[in-house]
Parts: sequence; structure tokens; C-alpha cells
Amino acid sequence: MAAIIDRAAPSEAGAQPKSATLTSVIETSGLTKHFRVGGLFAPRFLHAADDIDLSIAQRQIVALVGESGSGKSTVARLLALIYRPTRGEVRFKGRPLSSLRARRDVLDYRGRVPMVFQDPYSSLNPVYRVSHGIMRALKLHRPDLRPGDRRAEAERVLESVGLTPPGRFLAKYPHELSGGQRQRIGFAQALASSPELILADEPVSMLDVSVRIGVLNLMAQLRAERGISILYITHDIASARYVADRLLVMYAGHVVESGPSEDVLAHPKHPYTQLLLSAVPDPRAPVSSMPSADVGEPPRVVDPGEGCRFRGRCPYAIELCSQVTPRLRELRPDHTAACHVATADQAG
Amino acid sequence: MISVKPLLEVEDLTVEYATDAGPVRAVDHVSLDLTPGEFVGIVGESGCGKSTLLFAIARLLSPSCDVVGGSVRLHGRDLLGMDEEALREIRWRDYSVVMQSAMNALNPVLTVGAQLEDTIAAHESMPARSAQERSASLLRLVGIDPLHLKSYPHQLSGGMRQRAMIAMALIFTPDLVIMDEPTSALDVVAQRSLMLEIKELQRQIGFAALFVTHDMSLVSHFSDRLAVMYAGQIVELGDTRELFRDPKHPYTSALMASFPSITGPKEVLQGIPGSPPDLLHPPAGCRFHPRCPLVEPRFRIEEPPLTTVGNTLVRCHRYGRDH
Repeated sequence: MAAIIDRAAPSEAGAQPKSATLTSVIETSGLTKHFRVGGLFAPRFLHAADDIDLSIAQRQIVALVGESGSGKSTVARLLALIYRPTRGEVRFKGRPLSSLRARRDVLDYRGRVPMVFQDPYSSLNPVYRVSHGIMRALKLHRPDLRPGDRRAEAERVLESVGLTPPGRFLAKYPHELSGGQRQRIGFAQALASSPELILADEPVSMLDVSVRIGVLNLMAQLRAERGISILYITHDIASARYVADRLLVMYAGHVVESGPSEDVLAHPKHPYTQLLLSAVPDPRAPVSSMPSADVGEPPRVVDPGEGCRFRGRCPYAIELCSQVTPRLRELRPDHTAACHVATADQAG
Repeated sequence: MISVKPLLEVEDLTVEYATDAGPVRAVDHVSLDLTPGEFVGIVGESGCGKSTLLFAIARLLSPSCDVVGGSVRLHGRDLLGMDEEALREIRWRDYSVVMQSAMNALNPVLTVGAQLEDTIAAHESMPARSAQERSASLLRLVGIDPLHLKSYPHQLSGGMRQRAMIAMALIFTPDLVIMDEPTSALDVVAQRSLMLEIKELQRQIGFAALFVTHDMSLVSHFSDRLAVMYAGQIVELGDTRELFRDPKHPYTSALMASFPSITGPKEVLQGIPGSPPDLLHPPAGCRFHPRCPLVEPRFRIEEPPLTTVGNTLVRCHRYGRDH
């Protein structure tokens, strides 16, 4: 972990200079996924993700933040080709994913954009040694490697996720590893295919508090040392701030706010982001600050209809909010929110 | 604190699990008092014994698990020696338990109302109508529309289910409510609102709360005292604000430094190296020594006692008599 201990915080270490034009690795436009629920003759549709536009640049860590059911994992699964979108498109380095037809192209894409899952206890097959998953990824996704070189590469990959000595870890079974070590194996498997973007779906939420930071630091290190982009999906906005350059806040299938992490935290524009921030327990805050009487009920996303999905909980809701779905508007430089009521800042 | 007679007295409680590889000591000589109306948080990582401690106090241990030493007294009566019949008398009335997962704790095929009335009927004979009225007022108390008496658990949100569980725990206004991570399955907004609710109910009804969580920042604004557990032992016990202001055990401070903050300057955090020990083979000496930045050779051999420092109890050699 020593590599990233320079004075800058993880989300700055290794980040691109702000002025450089950021080349996007992946871009979505109008990405939408509806699931059919209910009876055969009265189909209803659960709007898991609606009109998602996001873009992740090279060497960028983007956090997708939201509560359970907000659609953040659906977005990750759309990007991972686990789901096909109802509408909209995903472009990987300019190429639409819908054009990936050949098995080889799909395999190649999956190697470049691997996923790390939430639960390190169920995402590793208990009957195989650690080497199995990593060697398999190397065999499938690294045709450049000769079979004889795979073992050395596997050791190198384990070393770069902080599992040393790598030879010993390759021979272990998942049950011999702690949660934090398993999650590092998850990242090692992703790294084996020499990825450009890692989709990390709540990679630390099942881990103990004391080992979470290690995995977050690992993500920062992978970005800094290998230039890998990461989509970090989380419900924990504090960890998102810790590791990500940009935040996207999702609510009920919509992106409601998006911008540079520090700006979103310092100047939250959407009432939901404000509520979310006020609810984070912060022992450093004075005891007296106890706002929020909101009961935290999730919204209706089955056939939701037009209008802002947060309006039922929003203290600022006006007539317009139930009639027109707000679009993302730029309210501060590079910082957008989907709210009819929020106002732009005049300067800076 | 000294003059008030304690409501709950846990003394030297030791609990062991029987495993194929031998006994695992999940709770190791834990002593803890609760005064009436007090809110005490117990924090620690998975496997530190915090839930086992709660279950042992509530007499809910699974058969593979045994109390091998110590005592638990509620209102001065020995809980551990009580037979099932006597326990039935005091469960729900003197103390109640709120479990981590309300989805698993509530019966999925009965309405919320039926489950509340069932609990009432099991402990008090009262006309059906009054039981219904009591149930309705309980739901209102925890902020749920009494309409939901007719709802099944799956029709409620996670937050509402957890509120219904709390309503059930308060049926007979017990003096002690034992809570095992009641908010951990909830989103942060729902979690916040439930914590405020619990605190408000506590103010109204006056019960004492024993609250287990892995997230110490969650209880930072809510608990009066905090016990930090590591590898089956209490390593620090003291006033919550004092503990956050001046953590004494290296584990406590390392744990606090593991939470990224949403305010203030951004710092590189290190977490705690290594992972919690395997309790089948706990480390010799201080159990935290393999992960401790302040370790000295002696700490690897000698086990530190709990030492009083001001109002805080600490299990660390650096506060020992000869240090």
C-alpha cells in the first residue's frame, strides 16, 4: 500500500490534470432498463434505470451513490453486459455495445471491463484454489501470454493487490482467506485480464470497517499505477468521497445529481443529496445537530409516470414537480442536478 | 452513576462455542452494568463476540453455545439460572429483544396485527378488542399508520418492518430493550430516522437500551456509554463523547480512523493492518498485539488487565500500573 502514501488523498493521487481533455472509456446515452413485473395480462414495468447518461474517463474513478433499489447495480450490470438495455446505448471507446455480436468480441469486452462483486463469500467458488480463477482469466483474456508465463503473471497480479507471498496465496482455498483478502482476490481476477475499466459493485460493504479502507486504497492504487478507470458503486457517500473524482447520485432509477466529488459534497444541489448528506452519521459533528424527520421510505418505481420521483419526500416540491420529470441542468461549473427548484450559483 | 442501583449487571460472563476443533471462547470475562434508562452501545467487528454477548444476556444462545462462567442479573434476579417458566414471565415484560433482520424475525404468513396480538395474548389475558387497540396505539407510537395492522411483513418497507419489531418489543413497556444491529439492513436515511425514533421512544418510555453495532459512528450521538469489543473481550468502556474525544485503546482509535468523513480536509486513511484473530487460536498476550502500532515485546506475552483511567476502563498495557 506504500505506493499511494504521498501527501495527496487517494482521489487526487494519480488523477489526470484537470485541464487535459479527458478521453472517455465508456459512455452511456439514455440508458434505460425496465423489468416486467406482475401478471401476464396486466404487465407492469419496474423502472430500474431511466435515461442514464454517464461517462467515465481514463484514469477516473466515478462513484455511483444511492440507496438500495435506486438502480445503481442495474447500471453496473448493463455495463457488464449481464443485462441488455430496454433503450439507450453504451459505447466502449466509441464502439456501441449493441454491435458486439461475435462471441470473441463479447469475451474481449468482458476482459477489458470486468466486474468485482459485493459478496466476497459467495463470489469465489469454494472448491477451487485461488489460482483457478486467476489462471482462467489469464487463459481466456490474455492470448498474448504463453501458457508457461501464466503462473508468473498470476503471481505478479496477486502482488499488485497486496497479497504476498503470492505463491502461497495461489495455493489457498477461499475458506482459508479473510473477507478483505477474498475481495482482493476479486480484484486480482479482474486485473488478470488487464482491464481498462473495473466495475466494482459495493466491493467493501460486506467487509469489516477496519479492512474497508485497505480495499479502497487498493482501488486508488490501481488507478494511480495502472491507469485503470473504476466505476465504484456504493451506498456510502463518505467512502465515495474518499476514493472518487466524480459522484453520481441516483434516486429511483434516475441520476439526480452529478459533479466533482468535492463540489457535490460542499454544494449539494438536489434535495435528495442534501437529505443523504444530513443522514450520514458523523461522530465529528456536534451532538446538537440532529436534523431530518424524513422516514426514509423508498419511492414507487413500478410504472412511475411523469414527474420527479423524489417529490413525495421533498420539502420544496411545487406543482411542476408532479407534472414534468426534471432533467439534469448545470447549476455550477461541471455540476448538474435534476431539480425544478434548485437554483444555479451566480459565481463559482 | 455510582449511587443508582443497576438495572442489569453482567459479571465476568464467559461464553464458549463447541466446535469440532475444540471450544471457541466468543465472550471472555465480560462485565457490564446498565442503569435504568441508560443507552449503552457495544461496538466491534464481526466475530468479536458482541452478538454472542447479547444472546447470552437475553438467554437466546443456540445449543452449541454455553455460558461457562459469570452471571447476569436483571433487577437483581439471576437470569442465567432461571427455568423456562420463570423466563416466560419476564420476557417481553422486563426485557425484550429486537433482532438484526426483521424480515426473518417476523412471521411472513401472519399480518403484523396478528403477530402483535399473539404476543399480547401469550403474556396477558385481555379482551380481543383491547389487544387490537393496544396494537394500533403501538404502531402509531413508532410512526406507522395502524392501517398496517392488516398488512403482511412483505408489504412493508425495511424501515417499517424494523419499526414494527420495535413496536412489538415495547408492548409491555419493558425496562430493558436489547437491540442487535436493528438498523444495519437499512439505508442511511432510514437508519437515521429509526435511530431518532428509538431515542425519542426511550425518552418517552424510559427503557434502558443495550445496542450492538459494527458502526461506531452510528451510536456516536445516541449512546450514553460505549463498550468496544475485540476478540471476545471489552477493550475499552467509557462515556461515549469522551471515548470519541480521547480514545485510549489503540484499537478504538484505529477503528475511529477507519471511517472516511464527509466533512473536513481529505486524509489518507490506513485502516487496521491484518484481520481480526481466529478465536480458536487467540494470540497470546494482548489480543490486539499483532495489529497494534504501539506493541512492545512484553505485550506479546502478558495479557493486559482492564485498567481504570479517569472514568474509562481500558485493556491496554500502556495504562498498566508499571508503565
